[in-house]
Amino acid sequence: MTMHARSTETVDMMLNMGPQHPATHGVFRMVLSIDGERVVGVRPHIGYLHRGSEKLSENESYGQVVTLFDRLDYVSNLNNELAFVLAAERLMGIEVPERAQYIRVLLCELNRVASHLLFIGTYALDVGAMTPVMYTFRERERIQNLFEHVTGARMMHNYFRIGGVKEDLPHDFAARVRALVGELHKGVEETDRLLTFNEVYLARTRGIGVIDARTAISCGLTGPCLRGSGIAYDARKDDPYEVYDRLDFDVPIGEFGDCWDRYWVRVRECYESLRIVEQALEQMPEGETMAPGRRIVRPPKGEAYVHCENPRGDIGVFLVSDGSDKPYRVKVRPPSFCNLVGLEPMLKDAYVSDAVAILGSLDIVLGEVDR
Amino acid sequence: MTLEARDVLSAAIGLFALFNALLIGTMVLNWTERKFLGRLQGRVGPTRVGPFGLLQPLADAMKLVLKEDVSPGPAARAIFWVSPMLIFVPAYVVWLAVPVAPGLVIRALDLGIFFFIAFSVLSIVGLVLAGWSSASKYAVLGSFRSAAQLVSYEIPIIMALLAVVVATGTMNIGEVVGQQGSAPLVAILPLAFVVFLIAGVAEVGRTPFDIYFAESEVVGGPFVEYSGAHWAIFFLAEYISTLLIAVLASLLFLGGWRWPFGDGLPAAAAAALVMGKAYLVVLVIFWVRATYPRLRIDQLMSFGWKVLVPLSFAAVIISAAQEFYGWHAATSTLLSLAVLAVPVAIQVRYQRRPALERARRYAERAIANRQATSVGG
Repeated sequence: MTMHARSTETVDMMLNMGPQHPATHGVFRMVLSIDGERVVGVRPHIGYLHRGSEKLSENESYGQVVTLFDRLDYVSNLNNELAFVLAAERLMGIEVPERAQYIRVLLCELNRVASHLLFIGTYALDVGAMTPVMYTFRERERIQNLFEHVTGARMMHNYFRIGGVKEDLPHDFAARVRALVGELHKGVEETDRLLTFNEVYLARTRGIGVIDARTAISCGLTGPCLRGSGIAYDARKDDPYEVYDRLDFDVPIGEFGDCWDRYWVRVRECYESLRIVEQALEQMPEGETMAPGRRIVRPPKGEAYVHCENPRGDIGVFLVSDGSDKPYRVKVRPPSFCNLVGLEPMLKDAYVSDAVAILGSLDIVLGEVDR
Repeated sequence: MTLEARDVLSAAIGLFALFNALLIGTMVLNWTERKFLGRLQGRVGPTRVGPFGLLQPLADAMKLVLKEDVSPGPAARAIFWVSPMLIFVPAYVVWLAVPVAPGLVIRALDLGIFFFIAFSVLSIVGLVLAGWSSASKYAVLGSFRSAAQLVSYEIPIIMALLAVVVATGTMNIGEVVGQQGSAPLVAILPLAFVVFLIAGVAEVGRTPFDIYFAESEVVGGPFVEYSGAHWAIFFLAEYISTLLIAVLASLLFLGGWRWPFGDGLPAAAAAALVMGKAYLVVLVIFWVRATYPRLRIDQLMSFGWKVLVPLSFAAVIISAAQEFYGWHAATSTLLSLAVLAVPVAIQVRYQRRPALERARRYAERAIANRQATSVGG
């Protein structure tokens, strides 16, 4: 009997994360090949939440499409509404009253804070800290209460209209927002102090999931994921829409493009957004909140592309009209979906635990990835 | 040597009483944890079942016992059902040698500390078997993590306890308490205490060392496929072990039933004192749980081998040198604190300071940015 050389080759283990996994934030699925604790390959699978929003939009009137945009990125609804409404307005050449523009900007920035608060909380949960999520949800609740007061809904607002907003603000709005900004400042600071320089948190996020600026650009990252790598690109500054050019705010950027930078950029953005809210409240003029004109939206034949800064990045809406009261085609450039492209370069040499931290730092919302 | 019926009966009664005491202890601990964590997190914790939600753990236990007990199809059935017991029994048996008041112990073993060390290692077998027999990749990953973690953190625990044994000259837990007359051992061996506490937290797998059942990574690790009563046994074992670490810290380092206002407390008061000190330790463990994220497995291993193991050896050496040369007790305290300062300094220098500097640099750049834009605009 001859002795065969015993094979000592090892096989990589395939680990399926998602669509039901606490760390995939919804129904994202990533199939990891792991060698022990090390990730050697990743295959993302998307589409579990595909609802055909773009196709559905073709069968709805322009006003109704806004409701579909609410449901794309369901934690920053108003920012999505804004993108579509702006595209339709550009197509029709509507001049929106100044007051409505300020209202939109103010609410969008509050929505940005709400979205970032959700990120901070769930991200802390991803790396294993259970307290921040309680704090940030409490603060987010305040914002949602205000939204309910203004728009009538906590999440799916359907508040922005083509040509303005649904109705004027309630009379006690200014006082409530002033109080809210103070509370939010305290709330964000509380979580910031607990988490940002926490020893274990630093160990888990510094130098993890690094993506350099060149790769980040070539992967098409936008928003905090791009700014974390040190590129100060922000549609609000570089291609201002609404009244952003009259407001004074900074674009926080990182340096190394690791998870900590992406987190820190978002924390800083919360403070900047609160600054914008305060300024918008000061500058807000009296007046109409809806452009005069026909109630039925029937844009002329043509097409328009608008991009604006969503909490997750650059949301783009490409709108084609055939002259009827329904859009011929609505194409969305979803920031979360594009940011997912960065997952693979970031996962280089990562551990399984890092994979969770990296995916969390991208802050994807599956409603938008799958549309 | 013959076993008399009387001995068997008294042992059985003792074990039964111990089991019930531990059940109640687990429930109280569980309630304390939920209430305390709730308060730390701006919540109120359980309030509905019983006064202050005190009966909530009981209700949960009932629910777990009444639930259907499922096992996955491809599981290795026999091992799957046995491994919860393999984890629970060692955690339970260790309590035989742990006195909660003078004389209030099932068996006052002369090798009590050794008994603890010998039995607490056994739970690793249960964890690995549970993970392997579940036929789930998360469970396998979790159980291998647990094996690596528990084996490496066993060494610092043993060395920290060895420092205690060297200082007191006995392995009988009751006698160790008796030796702590003028000062609790924590004052003489702060280093051993810190190592024991950290390694103990890692040993029972609590945050920041809850790596082997990390919710957001391996979704419960070895326990992921368990449900109902079998899961409840894991849960029970975890809480019993947590309580054990706390009680041992209370007995071996914090003076147990000794306190500065005279000796000879009645048994009930002595037990209350021991448990009071243990609960202080437990609250610290919960506090840490509310504060820290989870470490990564390689960070955990390098922390264990590069920081805790050397520190624990230093603790033994300091303790031994003090005994050998007959130094004053304060020498050991000072030496321990000096050794303890080394890793803290390294952490501040190479981890915390770069991060703070980086944050400051970002903030400065933002301000420079603002000036540039305001000049431009």
